[in-house]
Amino acid sequence: MSEKVLMKGNEAFSEAAIRGGCRYYFGYPITPQNEIPEYMSRELPKHGGSFIQAESEICAINMAYGAAAAGGRVFITSSSPGIALMQEGLSFLASAEVPTVVMNVSRCGPGIGGIQPGQADYFQATRGGGNGDYRIPVFAPASLQEGVDLVFEAMELSDKWRNPFFIFTDGILGQMMEPVKLPEKLPDIKREDIKKHKPWALTGYGENDAERNTVISLRIQPDVLEKHVHKLFEKYERAEKELCRVESFGLEDADVVIVAYGIVARIAKEAIEILAEQGIKVGLIRPISLWPFPYNEFKKLSRNTKVVISAELSMGQLIEDVKLGVGERFPVRLVGRTGGMIPSSLEIAERTKKILEEIGG
Amino acid sequence: MGAPKMFFAGSGGQGILLMGQMIGAAAMLEGKEATFFPSYGPEMRGGTANCTVIVSDKPISSPLIFESDCVVAMTLPSMHKFEQTLKPGGLLMLNTSLIRHAPKRNDINVIEVPVTELANELGNSRVANIIMLGAFIRATNVVSPENIEKIIHDVFSGQRSALLELNLKAFNFWQQ
Amino acid sequence: MQPIFEYTKGMIPGETNYCPGCTHGISHRLIMETLDEMGKLGHTIGVGPIGCSVLAHKYMNVDMLEAAHGRAPAVASGIKRVHSDSLVFTYQGDGDLASIGAAEIIHAAARGEKITTFFINNAIYGMTGGQMAPTTLIGQKSTTTQSGRTIEHAGAPMRVCELLATLDGAVYVERVALNSPANIGKAKKAARRAFEIQDKKLGFSFVEFISTCPTNWGVSPIDAMSFLTEKMLPYFPLGVFKTPEGEK
Repeated sequence: MSEKVLMKGNEAFSEAAIRGGCRYYFGYPITPQNEIPEYMSRELPKHGGSFIQAESEICAINMAYGAAAAGGRVFITSSSPGIALMQEGLSFLASAEVPTVVMNVSRCGPGIGGIQPGQADYFQATRGGGNGDYRIPVFAPASLQEGVDLVFEAMELSDKWRNPFFIFTDGILGQMMEPVKLPEKLPDIKREDIKKHKPWALTGYGENDAERNTVISLRIQPDVLEKHVHKLFEKYERAEKELCRVESFGLEDADVVIVAYGIVARIAKEAIEILAEQGIKVGLIRPISLWPFPYNEFKKLSRNTKVVISAELSMGQLIEDVKLGVGERFPVRLVGRTGGMIPSSLEIAERTKKILEEIGG
Repeated sequence: MGAPKMFFAGSGGQGILLMGQMIGAAAMLEGKEATFFPSYGPEMRGGTANCTVIVSDKPISSPLIFESDCVVAMTLPSMHKFEQTLKPGGLLMLNTSLIRHAPKRNDINVIEVPVTELANELGNSRVANIIMLGAFIRATNVVSPENIEKIIHDVFSGQRSALLELNLKAFNFWQQ
Repeated sequence: MQPIFEYTKGMIPGETNYCPGCTHGISHRLIMETLDEMGKLGHTIGVGPIGCSVLAHKYMNVDMLEAAHGRAPAVASGIKRVHSDSLVFTYQGDGDLASIGAAEIIHAAARGEKITTFFINNAIYGMTGGQMAPTTLIGQKSTTTQSGRTIEHAGAPMRVCELLATLDGAVYVERVALNSPANIGKAKKAARRAFEIQDKKLGFSFVEFISTCPTNWGVSPIDAMSFLTEKMLPYFPLGVFKTPEGEK
């Protein structure tokens, strides 16, 4: 069971969700995540679960809203334009405090864009594309193993926090294969035991229990709504303390610090090795949680840092959080590609050197 | 080759991705790190198909390849597209049944394998990819042939077990 | 003394936000009384809409979820997958169901979801202030068809029962009206029939209530009943459009 298996990212993430208790998946076909609905349609019934091929991503997220409000564990996925359609639902789930794990196997926009990998949905993921004051924790794995572990954990965390959780990955991680170790499957929760775990869930109140449940996001009185939003933000404040995750190295004596997440962080690590061979010391900050963003990690930057570089598959979205982390202390520059173009490690190394020259390092 | 970076390329339906996946799976059996990354495009049939495979003793930073150690080209367009990625001294394996042109590069090693003819000799043109895989493993030793044979046993089991003997034969068919 | 009238346990006591002469109160009561009589109040999950009945969860005494505009059938599909033995219903107005939620209702019906939908058709948007609905009649004035709806501009009104009856998954489709004691009696029978069909897991069941909106029609409650009877019923004929085979 604990042996490694060679799996495609999309299938490994699906299996991790099932092992984390997911019994309900609702999805609409969109490249590059189609292996997920295919896998779920085949596997979920074997675990007593259920799959619906939704008529749209709007319907998929609303099916998730229903199943999760009814106490089921739900995992749903899509790719960028489909995630855009899910934003209405995400806002409702956040307001009604209904757990669900949502994954974006992202591609390039704007518009229908292309199907190659991108990170241009960073704002969409971290700022929320839906209406209103709400937050959704976002994890961005850089390897299949990390993705498997984060999806598995997010299934549990989402229930614990009564909040949607977001996994932000891309077409490379979704499509590639890598050996992974899958976690042990969590025990099933019987339908009749849902209320014990989720006293707020809609299960029908039965014969003797007079307390009925409602799951709503409507609060028409301004004072009532403000109070509710304040309550949500107390939760988000705790989340900022407890859910922040980051990997970093070499910050104490770096000339340059590269900030990158997901697949780009992997390429950046190779670039850092190339630059080290040329005597340039480069550190890395790899945010694993994009919200909450690891701003505190930037306090570790040494006085000798000459520049901080945001490397991303977009035209400068991550860089806004990098600037918030760096403040006025050091210059911040962008190494971005977009449209599905992926920089090589050599390109990141060369552009880093050029930036160093420009700022007089 | 410390951590060989390989491209397998051809057209859809030639079993390109299977070659890559088998090497990845065999590398895992050997306790090595491996990544496999397929190109994904809008075509379901025809069109180009290619994948990267990296095998290493250390964690692999990225599955993408910009400079390759080996290219296996099963069609002429795929040779044109990928020979330029080869490092000097790298290995280009050509399916000369379909590729009648010489590569542009002259600073690389070339091995020619007429896989389609060889597959026809075996009586099934669909095993061309496995013949090429056998040739590639003998030429590079990125993983041991025994482990590929184990993977062939895994792949051609159950409903596909009728094809096992043919594929094992194909894997061992090429002699330089 | 024998009580001749009682408040149903299915309704939570208190005032509603509905205008005088509005028929939402009648349809709420019919549905909840039916569930009460079937002994199903504790085994039902309802999904409310956006629109005037957005507060349905405050009135209907069952577990309730309030869905986004038009999404109730998708939400109900998700709930039903978890609780396949509970009764699950949606309660939706004409803008919610026939306009923004057209995809959701058609596909829930096409999948044959074992849920029941109650469709409140009063030919106008209520809560937002009287704009044209997909079911607004030709010539009918609304705040977005101020000289009356025309076919040239907005097409003809949608007949939802007739549309859904073409789908194999929709096994029970009936249109009723809330304009007379006799018709209200029929409406309640239809609600019961729809729930029973769901309980037997036969497929998707759908009841359309032809309803009034005196406020946004700009008429008195009595004139609203006349408008319903004289204008709406000729365009939206009452009757059973579909019943499950072998189930009468």
